Amino acid sequence: MGDQILNQLIWPVIYILAIVLPLVIAVAMFVYWERKVIGWMHVRMGPNKIGPLGLLQAFADVVKLLLKEVILPTEANKFLYYLAPMLALIPALAAWAVVPFNEQMVLANVNAGVLYLLAMTSLGVYGIILAGWASNSRYALLGAMRSAAQVISYELAMGLCLVCVLVLAGSLNLTDIVHAQTGHKGMFDWFMWPLLPVFIIYFISGVAETNRAPFDVAEGESEIVAGFHVEYSGSAFALFFLAEYANMILVSFLAAILFMGGWLSPFPASWGFIGQGSFLWLFIKAFIFAFMFLWFRASFPRYRYDQIMRLGWKVFIPITIVWVLVAGCMKYFGWVTVGTGG
Amino acid sequence: MIDPSVFQLICFYAFSAVTIGAALGVISLRNTVHAVLALVLTFFSTACIWLLAEAEFLAIALIVVYVGAVMVLFLFVVMMLDIKQEHIREGFIKYLPVGIIVALIMLGEMLAMIGVRAMHAQVMGANPATVAGMSNTEWLGTALYTQFLLPFEIAALILTVGVVAAVVLTLRQRTGVRHQAASQQVLVNPRDRIRVVKMAAEVPAAPQPAPGKESTP
Repeated sequence: MGDQILNQLIWPVIYILAIVLPLVIAVAMFVYWERKVIGWMHVRMGPNKIGPLGLLQAFADVVKLLLKEVILPTEANKFLYYLAPMLALIPALAAWAVVPFNEQMVLANVNAGVLYLLAMTSLGVYGIILAGWASNSRYALLGAMRSAAQVISYELAMGLCLVCVLVLAGSLNLTDIVHAQTGHKGMFDWFMWPLLPVFIIYFISGVAETNRAPFDVAEGESEIVAGFHVEYSGSAFALFFLAEYANMILVSFLAAILFMGGWLSPFPASWGFIGQGSFLWLFIKAFIFAFMFLWFRASFPRYRYDQIMRLGWKVFIPITIVWVLVAGCMKYFGWVTVGTGG
Repeated sequence: MIDPSVFQLICFYAFSAVTIGAALGVISLRNTVHAVLALVLTFFSTACIWLLAEAEFLAIALIVVYVGAVMVLFLFVVMMLDIKQEHIREGFIKYLPVGIIVALIMLGEMLAMIGVRAMHAQVMGANPATVAGMSNTEWLGTALYTQFLLPFEIAALILTVGVVAAVVLTLRQRTGVRHQAASQQVLVNPRDRIRVVKMAAEVPAAPQPAPGKESTP
């Protein structure tokens, strides 16, 4: 009896905490890393005053945000105004349930894992739209509208990219997708090679889905101040911030899992120690993608709104539709080896 | 610990109660945005009920398609509309008799259909996915793409025609509108637009008059 309660209630909660707490700390360190990297690219120092090398800057910011007052704008819809940040954060955290970190190291080994991820990422947009509407502010509403249109457009391209992956892997389960990328050739068995255009489109769509530069028209500070969260302050703003960065880290992990073999080593298994799979490989790969988010932000000017729409609908979606057919042919004629067979 | 089947039953009633409550909210809430959100909640709890029935693919597809895309566009439109809250309930009493008649007819039809099914006494077979030893999604995919390929393709074709028809019907050819041709913009050669002139940073000074002459006056 006691064992059952322990197994069914306590362990899942411990597992969830073991994912969420490191994630929150990762977000804090990622913010620090972003400010450092962009500082270096601008030939500045970045944060360097608080703690050694400025490492405690992010935590100081968190404390500052939590101590600030949450201001409710006049005529704002109170219920939705407070609900919106939670609606943004919940899907961003819930999506982590199906992410496999290593062999057997996954909270929920769901059969329809990819579908679940699509569902969760598509729910995040509600937080943004409701925040924009409930704030009773023109800038916030404009930001929400832009964001809604952008997220819906890029979700299609992203969904088609996932279709390509699951056609090759033959499964919706993320662990099975990683297993399908094993082989004797190390990194050349990964899906990024047969699906190279799709891989690039997936990551660009991921950047657009998370409303990051150069696709950050939803908050474009030079046009509409800060978009949907312009009226938010204190801990409510902190929740939006947390959701955005958790989503960025999620997209980085997914790109690594779907296209770069997850926890698999880039070297053939016959190379001994470095040929073995480990969650460290996954973290290194995800870190590369997370770094690219920052690199993009420091390198590219913001896209114009109509150009974003054209890129999504007229370039990405046609290419991915064609590549679904190509992936089908690869699978049918056996040009791509799946699993250890090749 | 509670028996799993009892727990499932409790979940079913909880989700059903939320679904019915949210559906009532859709037609009774004054604020239109709240009503749309109640509809979102209705879809969501329906998806939860389907998950209980082990129809995982349909449940997640409902969330992806309806909650994630259709309702977002719905919300988009409702937010843009300038609706006077006080006029919304105006015709409620006037339309109530018609509404009740329609509801009763629908109820009668549903009961009749359930009765006909019951008279056939068709026993529902075991879940074909579990019989085949596959997951729900896998079985559905196999069935759709082998056994029901033609109906599936026809449905897809009809949907595509619907999309094209919607675009054609709403397309207005307006004259005098200037469009950007992105393909031509990309092909522009920078040399046609801007000429880089190489020149020295400083213009050489005009020749100075000879120093000897300057001192003469």
